[in-house]
Amino acid sequence: MTAGTEEILSFEEALEKYDPVLGFEVHVELNTRTKMFSSAPNAFGDVPNTNVTPVDLGLPGVLPVVNRVAVESAIKIGLALGCKIAEKCYFARKNYFYPDTPKNFQTSQYEDPIAYDGSIDIELADGTVFTVAIERAHMEEDAGKLTHMGGSTGRIQGAEFSLVDYNRAGVPLIEIVTKPIEGVGSRAPELAKAYVAAIREIVKNLGVSDARMERGNVRCDANVSLRPYGQEKFGTRTETKNVNSLRAVEHAVRYEIQRHAAVLDSGTPITQETRHWHEDTRSTTSGRPKSDADDYRYFPEPDLVPVVTDEAWIGRLRSELPEPPAERRKRLQADWGYSDAEFRDVVNAGVMSSVEDTIAAGVSAAVARKWWMGEISRRAKIADVEPAELGVTPELIVELNFLIESGKINDKLSRDVLDGVLAGEGTPTEVVEKRGLAVVSDDGPLLEAIDGALAAQPEVAEKIRGGKVQAVGAIVGGVMKATRGQADAGRVRELILQRLGVEGQL
Amino acid sequence: MAEINRDDVAHLARLAHIDMSDDELDRMAGELAVIVDSIKSVSEVAGDDVPATSHPIPLSNVFRDDVVGETLSNEEALLGAPDNADGRFKVPAILDGE
Amino acid sequence: MTDLIRLSADALSLRLRAGEVSAVEVTQAHLDRIAAVDGSINAFLHVNTEQALSVAAGVDRARADGEALHPLAGVPIAVKDLIVTKGQPTTAGSRILEGWQSPYDATVIEKLRAARMPILGKTNLDEFAMGSSTEHSAYGPTRNPWDLDRIPGGSGGGSAAAVAAFEAPLALGTDTGGSIRQPGAVTGTVGVKPTYGGVSRYGAIAMASSLDQIGPVSRTVLDSALLHEVIGGHDPRDSTSLTDPVGALVEAARLGQVEGMRIGVIRELSGEGYQAGVLTRFSESLELLRSAGAEIVEVSCPNFRYALGAYYLIMPSEASSNLAKYDGVRFGLRVVPEGTPTIERVMGATREAGFGDEVKRRIILGTYALSAGYYDAYYGSAQKVRTLIQRDFASAFGKADVLVSPTSPTTAFRLGEKLDDPLAMYLNDVATIPANLAGIPGLTLPGGLADEDGLPVGIQLLAPARQDARLYRVGAVLESLLESTWGGPLLAQAPALDGGK
Repeated sequence: MTAGTEEILSFEEALEKYDPVLGFEVHVELNTRTKMFSSAPNAFGDVPNTNVTPVDLGLPGVLPVVNRVAVESAIKIGLALGCKIAEKCYFARKNYFYPDTPKNFQTSQYEDPIAYDGSIDIELADGTVFTVAIERAHMEEDAGKLTHMGGSTGRIQGAEFSLVDYNRAGVPLIEIVTKPIEGVGSRAPELAKAYVAAIREIVKNLGVSDARMERGNVRCDANVSLRPYGQEKFGTRTETKNVNSLRAVEHAVRYEIQRHAAVLDSGTPITQETRHWHEDTRSTTSGRPKSDADDYRYFPEPDLVPVVTDEAWIGRLRSELPEPPAERRKRLQADWGYSDAEFRDVVNAGVMSSVEDTIAAGVSAAVARKWWMGEISRRAKIADVEPAELGVTPELIVELNFLIESGKINDKLSRDVLDGVLAGEGTPTEVVEKRGLAVVSDDGPLLEAIDGALAAQPEVAEKIRGGKVQAVGAIVGGVMKATRGQADAGRVRELILQRLGVEGQL
Repeated sequence: MAEINRDDVAHLARLAHIDMSDDELDRMAGELAVIVDSIKSVSEVAGDDVPATSHPIPLSNVFRDDVVGETLSNEEALLGAPDNADGRFKVPAILDGE
Repeated sequence: MTDLIRLSADALSLRLRAGEVSAVEVTQAHLDRIAAVDGSINAFLHVNTEQALSVAAGVDRARADGEALHPLAGVPIAVKDLIVTKGQPTTAGSRILEGWQSPYDATVIEKLRAARMPILGKTNLDEFAMGSSTEHSAYGPTRNPWDLDRIPGGSGGGSAAAVAAFEAPLALGTDTGGSIRQPGAVTGTVGVKPTYGGVSRYGAIAMASSLDQIGPVSRTVLDSALLHEVIGGHDPRDSTSLTDPVGALVEAARLGQVEGMRIGVIRELSGEGYQAGVLTRFSESLELLRSAGAEIVEVSCPNFRYALGAYYLIMPSEASSNLAKYDGVRFGLRVVPEGTPTIERVMGATREAGFGDEVKRRIILGTYALSAGYYDAYYGSAQKVRTLIQRDFASAFGKADVLVSPTSPTTAFRLGEKLDDPLAMYLNDVATIPANLAGIPGLTLPGGLADEDGLPVGIQLLAPARQDARLYRVGAVLESLLESTWGGPLLAQAPALDGGK
């Protein structure tokens, strides 16, 4: 079936009739130096079939040996997800034939994963918190990369032949599987996105993965099923495979809810199957139904021995864990004194770490927020990049702020200074000098401008002399205009009042 | 304990990716039935209290340091390949043509 | 020159070191013998003439230069074609690997090269080591030097026949259910399956990973010990490799002593199903051991009756997965069927054409044992039986230091005799399989000729895991006692082989 041609209900109608249940399998590629079971480099983007040893090609006679760092990364992920760590666990072979799988089995874990029974709290944009239960996190290996050639689309359908690169084969993966997530209702798409974002944040924070979704470091299979409200039994689920951006996760879950609802409405049962996500049409198409081929004939990997953990080992790894993101957020909000809304905005804008670094460099929490949520975010939006990617350093903000507080420049001029610095014209101080941006602080030229403004509006001058101090704004405006904004408005006001002899009546 | 019949063998051959002619399936089903019959007693011997042995000599935590070792060159990797193109292993279409 | 091929590896080593003979002469003598007799034996799938002579010449130069050399430097060896070697084809006896060359050496091959032992070539075997007769080789059967109409055992019939026919003083074998020991028994040679993990499996093409073990094949107990010390020891590339030192195996073989040792006769491994001539020779060996001061005790291993069943579930299960990689994508044979050749069809056609019947049988059986709904009853239960067999051994080794049994229930059967009866073929391994299931070491040595057919009988010794040295200590004594009753090595009684085709 062509993508996007299936009937769907509106999201609102679907939710009115059906209760969605979600589940996620997220695969995280670890950033170890070598592969899970071989000493070949774990690297992205190299010449095809060069990051391979005989083990990665599954040549006759080879044997796997487990990467210690990969196991420790798996344990760290388990701990960060609040999981129990298995005292003893085995690797298992998952048997299926596919040309990207060099041995025609994947070495994985089956009955006893290294980590199990955890949970994480997922906070949505409005502050609503859902607790997602983690069923397990297990170790396995990635497959090679297939490129489909011939045909029109570069897709598997219609390809004449395929080319296989095994550089990725054997890259360590941790698969994180949730328990069924119930009771999320209309928040399901949002939760899906937030969950994957949280996993990405956790593994990045742990330093165990580069967590770049565009490179496939974090990949999500999203399970969706619907059931009538009040029914306990889950409906038949579909699994949308390899949804590889946060936005796509949100859209895929939304689409599948809408599609399931339409199918159920028509009285047809849902087919248990895998679905493929198409970003262009924002829809899924049928993969293959569950079949005989899904008899994976798992059995304990006889070429590998069990992993046995003890308190000393786990304790050491636990002590190496960074502060969990949720706790860190709680601590930072309290330290900075932001309101819930202010803090959430900072988080959602992706500038929390930048704000933290900027405060650490020596400005107040309010100033740091003003810069990152104001001028820098505005520029990032225009340039369509993340704020942190603009090249604004905490030290730069500290210097700009010093120039403002010492009266050398004002807020308006500070934007020009930032332009100059980002254009590579030097430090803020140097830019101020080169561009002649300093606030006019020599009273001589100012007094000249004030006299001119007073002469131009004698009736206003008279009112002020008569005690109507609030009328001073009109004269200030005239002075600012005459100095093209390069004057400190406060100082101008002071000097006008002095000139008119109403000093001290402020 | 189920016996093994011709349909089972046909299914297993598909799982194992081995094409089999009708004659082969018949013969294989007959031979396997005899073998399965002779080994099925195994399933009745050991109770739940007997642990499974997957490795004859018990070892645990055999790990490798995360240090890059020698790799094959692209030429060495492809040396035994039945077909290759563009530095990669070439395989026929994965799906049937439309 | 003919004398050189009859010498043991130990004797060759002495003469090489004394400068009485050169490594090139020794190697050439064996290559000549191969050229002369292998046409009728078919022990070799590939003869490595140039490389072997070049290694030998290197040894001779090094010796002339006064370099320190391994005692076995210059002693040639044959290698079962299940073990990968750079610069020579490795076929596993299968069409599916015809012409394939490994880009890497097995760990044991690296060790042979480090010891500078010339590799004479690759020996024949049942396809992927699946069989007990070497008739399941895609490259024709190997014949037993004692009677060319008979099987040399299997799967390592090529290595055993090569050694028995004086084509090589030493060979490497692999033993999953008896593939070193049963060929040793029926060809009148010595073979050892080390403790599981004692010799690295890296580079041995896997049949059943939890059972496979590489080991030495030779004509004397001491020679096996010498080779075992070369190939044994820890290998970080094999996760199941033991970290124990190899142990003083050669010393054990040279000292050889049984006085005061308790030798246990396994009640379940004799009697019904065992050929009369086999049992007679076995009893004589027991008497000899008793006369040398050993205490003979009887032990019982009641769960051995389930060993064959457990083996024929575990072995094919692991094999079905290990052999999945032969699919026509990365190496080896590719068969493109007519019509639209999708990769699925290519895999199916390649595996149909590339694998022989026995391999297919075991893959299907293993796929069955692991498939949904059967795993617990079959594979799971077999793993439990494995525990019971280990317990039987533990109890037996509480009463005896070493166990003893006939290696094979019968002498060599005729080519073709059991080809159509897989189950009868499997029964050949009934006495050797328990050691693989338990991971313990086993040795076979010649026990004489059966009265009814004049063919060799094998005596099997078993020791607890990691106690391989005991096999050599007892084996050397029994060998010397037997040879004094025969007035020389058993192989001296083998018929002369007069040339090949």
